[in-house]
Parts: sequence; structure tokens; C-alpha cells
Amino acid sequence: MPDSPAVAPQFASVSHRDETAELGMWVFIATEVLLFGGLLLSYFVYRHAYPQGFATGGRHTEIVIGTANTAILLTSSFLVAWAVEIFAAETRRLTAGLLAAAICLGLAFIVLKGIEYHGEYEEHLVPGIDFRFTGDLANGVQLFFIFYFIATAIHALHMIIGIGLLAVLALLCRGAPSTRHRAALHSAALYWHFVDIVWIFLFALIYLPGRSTS
Amino acid sequence: MTEPDYLNANYTLRSWFFTTDHKRIAILYFASLTLFFFIGGAAATAMRIELATPQADLVSDDIYNRLFTMHGIIMVWFFLIPSIPNTLGNFIVPLMIGARDLAFPRLNLLSWYIFMLGGSVTLFAILAGGIDTGWTFYTPFSTLYSNSYVMVAAAGVFIAGFSSILTGLNFIVTIHRLRAPGLTWYRLPLFIWSLYATSVILVLATPVLAITLVLIAVERFFGVGFFDPRIGGDPLLFQHLFWFYSHPAVYIMILPGMGVINELISCFSRKQVFGYKFVAWASLAIAALGFLVWGHHMFVTGQSLLASLVFSFMSFVVAVPSAIKVFNWTATLHKGSLRFDAPMLYALAFIGLFTIGGLTGLFLACLAFDVHATDTYFVVAHFHYIMVGGMVTAYFGGLHYWWPKITGRLYSEYWARAAAILIFLGFNLTFFPQFVLGAEGMPRRYHVYPPEFQVWNVLSSGGATILAAAYLLPLLYLGYSAFFGSRAPANPWDAPGLEWQTSSPPPEHNFDVQPVVTRAPYQYRNFEAEPQNA
Repeated sequence: MPDSPAVAPQFASVSHRDETAELGMWVFIATEVLLFGGLLLSYFVYRHAYPQGFATGGRHTEIVIGTANTAILLTSSFLVAWAVEIFAAETRRLTAGLLAAAICLGLAFIVLKGIEYHGEYEEHLVPGIDFRFTGDLANGVQLFFIFYFIATAIHALHMIIGIGLLAVLALLCRGAPSTRHRAALHSAALYWHFVDIVWIFLFALIYLPGRSTS
Repeated sequence: MTEPDYLNANYTLRSWFFTTDHKRIAILYFASLTLFFFIGGAAATAMRIELATPQADLVSDDIYNRLFTMHGIIMVWFFLIPSIPNTLGNFIVPLMIGARDLAFPRLNLLSWYIFMLGGSVTLFAILAGGIDTGWTFYTPFSTLYSNSYVMVAAAGVFIAGFSSILTGLNFIVTIHRLRAPGLTWYRLPLFIWSLYATSVILVLATPVLAITLVLIAVERFFGVGFFDPRIGGDPLLFQHLFWFYSHPAVYIMILPGMGVINELISCFSRKQVFGYKFVAWASLAIAALGFLVWGHHMFVTGQSLLASLVFSFMSFVVAVPSAIKVFNWTATLHKGSLRFDAPMLYALAFIGLFTIGGLTGLFLACLAFDVHATDTYFVVAHFHYIMVGGMVTAYFGGLHYWWPKITGRLYSEYWARAAAILIFLGFNLTFFPQFVLGAEGMPRRYHVYPPEFQVWNVLSSGGATILAAAYLLPLLYLGYSAFFGSRAPANPWDAPGLEWQTSSPPPEHNFDVQPVVTRAPYQYRNFEAEPQNA
């Protein structure tokens, strides 16, 4: 596999450059953790204040779609990890294929999410647009759905960015993969796994409350 | 024919606006921040003129609200937070650690464009009619009641946040990965340690502000949200999230200043910084402890007494590493071979003003006193002693110290000393009376006040006039120096730091030969010793 011809002057070598890029992605992920952290804090504050409302809200989510999406994302992460593992000039078609499959799964996730949103709209569960849940628990349920929509929308935005990154890398890897692309793929994979991990938290917090007590 | 350097390598506009050279990006930031500094300063000037008399004679209450909001937002996010990191830091960090650039030069340029986008959006919000929430965006006023351009201003701050994050990320990675051979962590200049600590806060605190502003925007846009008391939401949750960012942001605004002071104090007393390791770790201790004190902004909000006690205690704890620094700077001066050039005057001013600002911070960390002083001019005076007396003073000190390196020109020492002294006097005359006003109970954010407060307000407004004139002075003599000043040698201060070992101004890739470091920092020789660059 050819090295990229020139390394930028601040780097001593190709590996110096590539390891530096990877550290950059780890620091970026630290930022992202705190971004979702602020959101999760709000969730726990209100779940603590409105336990019944959050349990009821959780029971109104589509657990089948949520579970399917979890399986889809985990599978796509596996495919991306596989692509990183086998990355080489000889296996470039397989690498690109694995990334394309991961992209398809990512798109499937987004489509299912859209179907889910549509279902919630039909059930009048969208705060600020059409929310008609009445009764003692209305406040808690509404706060739950405010979290649900903000968190899943921000997560979906991350998914779309990730799909874009993987698409660019799939195209690059099909061409002439270099060590630079290996480093880029490595960083993009880190990002994709991170988005996956965020979803695992969201899945547990959104779909599971109240399931065992109804 | 002069040697090619980063300034004369290329003169086209394109070579400036698409540059990836950290030195040129620093200049871009410097120009933008100077503009924002004077915009924010103009708002402050208007406020001080209004407050010269007890009645409302210049502006209405509504305009006054918009003035102090504009002053706060511009000064915090578009001057203080990026001030030292993005100008001096951008320029000096790679030079100081013997690197040819930051780790991600294109990201660095992107960060400037994002900053300018955020600044433009914020300026648009101001020109369109302004924001009246105060820089803190407190709910439910900001979400339910304010009729001003809250969403636009929040969008501007949100966008600028990404610039902060990218700069912090770039510094962290650069300091970890691009240090010259032999430059171990304990051989790093303390400026680098403090910028490293600053960057950690930038990366970990800014995203919390980002998500909080998203929550505000959602609530204003959809008419319902997390902080809406009508559906059982808690407006105080906003304050917790906001101060979880904004208290560490105070340390974003002072740590880089402390870093500069280390360089100045050691250079102009020709000594190693006393207790190097303590000062280095104090920066990181401040960064870590700074995340655990946000509740001291909320003592009167009705948070639990236990929480208030813990936050009060932690606020005292975070003062310890700050005090370590002050004591160590003083010990560095002890038996030093002192010279009172302009940067040193700024450094000495910093130590005094920061100490006053820090100690009054301890007053405010006391629960009982804080109840008395909350939302009074005492608080205003306290944080201006840190932000202006501390950070802005350090910014000017650093700017003068590295000016010959940045521009390759010498400035007028006479005018620089005059400006430093005027800034010190004007600053104290502006803000010391505000301690008195606050202790006597004058609340902040009002455009009228009872006549018995007028004496102190007139003193403060008079001081502000001196301060405004003193801040304009450097614009003149530094501006003159940039074009007509005499050529600076590579190392005008005879300093051992790596940034002084290359020419002034430095060549495009900083060093002709990769420097190798073999010794601890701050190995100064006395000024009386045979000069190196004679």
C-alpha cells in the first residue's frame, strides 16, 4: 500500500500523523459525551421528579422499532469494525462493500425512525406541535416526549453525519487506499461506534421504563 | 533583501483568508477580537455615561437592558474566551514547543471561520434590535417572555462554541503529540500547561452550553420545553446547566492569563518560576475543581442548604491553587534581577488586581455575605477585577512581550509604560468604587439609582473615561510600530524559550532546523550579562 507522498511539515512521519489524527477523534468524542451528558442529566432530573409520567411515556414508545433499530446499529458497527480490521490494498472491494452495507443499515435506521416519528404524530404525542395527553400524568409524559424528540433528533443528526463520512470513505477505499485512508477510516469508525453507544443508552432510557410494571 | 518570513512570504488576500499557518490565523483572530473588544467597550461606555447621573437621561430602561446584554455577550464569547488562546496561544504554542504548526492547521482555519460566522450572527441580533436577557439567558424570561432576538443571539453563541471546541481540541492534541524532541512535560513553559488546562475546559464544558442553548431554542420555537414551568419543567435546571458551563468558562478566561504572567514574571526577574511543578499542577487543579463550584452562582435560588454548603466549601478549595500561583509569582520576584519594562508593569498589575478579584470572590463564596451581595455591584466589581484587571491586563502584557516576535518590530517603550500605568489607574478608579456601591446595596442592571449613590458612580464613570482612553493608546502606538517601528532582533528580551530561538518574525514553518530541548525552561541570564544578540 503506498504511503501518501508528503507528510505535512508539523509531523515527523506517517505514523506520527495518523496517531495524531486518531487522538483528535478521541478528544472530539469527549466533547460529544458532554453534549449528550447535559441532555441525559435533564432526563434523570425529570425522571426523578415524574417517575409515573416517564413510565407511562416509555410504554407509549414503539419498542419493536426501537429494538430493531438497536440490532441494526449494532450490526452496522460490527461491519465497520470488520472493514477496519481487513483494510488493505488487496481487500479494497470487500472493505468498500462492508462500508456500503453499514451505510444501508444506517439508512434503514433513519427510515425506521421516521416511521416511528410518524406513529407518534398520529397518536398526538409530539409536544409543541400536536400533544393531547390529558390526566394527572400529562406533564411527566410531555417532558418525557420532549426528551425523546430532542435526544433522538440529535442522535439522528449524528447518524446522518456518520453515514456521510462512511460514504466518502467507501468511495476512497474503492479507489486507491493509502495509509492516510486507513487512519481516516479508523477515526470515522470510532465516531460510528460512539454514535452506536449513545443509542444503547437512549434505547435503555426511552424504551424500557415502565415495561415491567404495566 | 530580507529573509522570507511568514508576513512577507505572500501579500495576496487569498494567502491570508485561506492560510493554514497558525501565525497568520492568530493575526486574523487578533484583528477580529480587537473589533469585538471595541464594540463591547462601546456598550460599556454608553452604560457608564448613563450612570453618571441618577436619572435616566441617555437611554431608556429597555435600551439599557440591551446594552448590558450586548456588552456581556460580546465580551465573554467574542473577546475574553478566545482572547489569549486564539491570538497569543495560536501564535506562540507551536513556536514554544518547537513545532512547525498546530496538529490540525485546516481545522484551525475552520475554527476562525466558525468564530466569524457566530460573531456575525450575534452582531446581526444586536443590529436587528438587540437582546434584553442579560448574557446569562435566564429562563423563563428568555424562553417565555422576552420579545428580543434571543434565538438569533443564542445561535451566534452556539456557533462560536464550536470554534472554542475545535481550538481546544487542536491545542490538546498538539501539546500531546508535537512537542520537540527532549521537550518533556516538566520542561514545558508554564504558558503551555495553562493553555492545556484551558483546552480541557473548552472541550468538556462548551458542549454543555451548546445543548443548553439548543434546549432554549427548542422551547422558544415550539413554545414548550424542558424549562417551562407551565408543564412542570424547572427553570432552575437551566441555571444549573448554564453555570456548569459558565463557571468553568470563568477559568477559560483566567487560566491563559495566568500562563502569560509566568512568562513575564520569570523573564523580567531573570529567574525560574518558583515552584514550577506546583504552578503547573495548579492549572490542572483549577480546571478540575472549576467544574465543581457552579452552584455558588445560585445560593439565593432556593437550592438545598446542603448543596450550598458544599458549593461554598468547593469554592474555597478552588482558591487554593490560584493562591499557590500568586504566592509563587511573588516568590519568583524575590531577589530577582527586576526590570520594569511594559510587559512587567502589566504582570505586576495583574498580580495585584487578580488578588483583589480573587479575595472578593472568597467573600462571595461565603453563604451569608453572598445573600447580601447577590446581584449588586459588588459582584460586578469582583468579576471585572478578574476578567478585566486579570485577563485583559495579561492579554496586553503578553501582546507587548511577544509583539517583537509577532511583527518583527519594536514598540515605543515610553508609550507602552504610559499606557500600562493609565490602564491600571483607570481600571481601579472604574471598578473599586463599584465594590463600595455593591456593599451599600446598589443592584446591578438598573439604569437609574437613588441620588446617594451618585458620588461613587461619578468616580466610576470618570475612571471609565480614563480606561477607555488608555485602551485606545496601544491601538495607536502598536499600530505605528507595526508599520514604522524599528526592526526587532530575534531575541530582544534575551529569553531562553524556543519561540525566541527563531527569527523575528518567524519563517513560514517556524524553524529552519528542528530544535532539540535539553534543559528545563526559564534558564535566564541576568540582563547585565553579555547580551546574546549584540
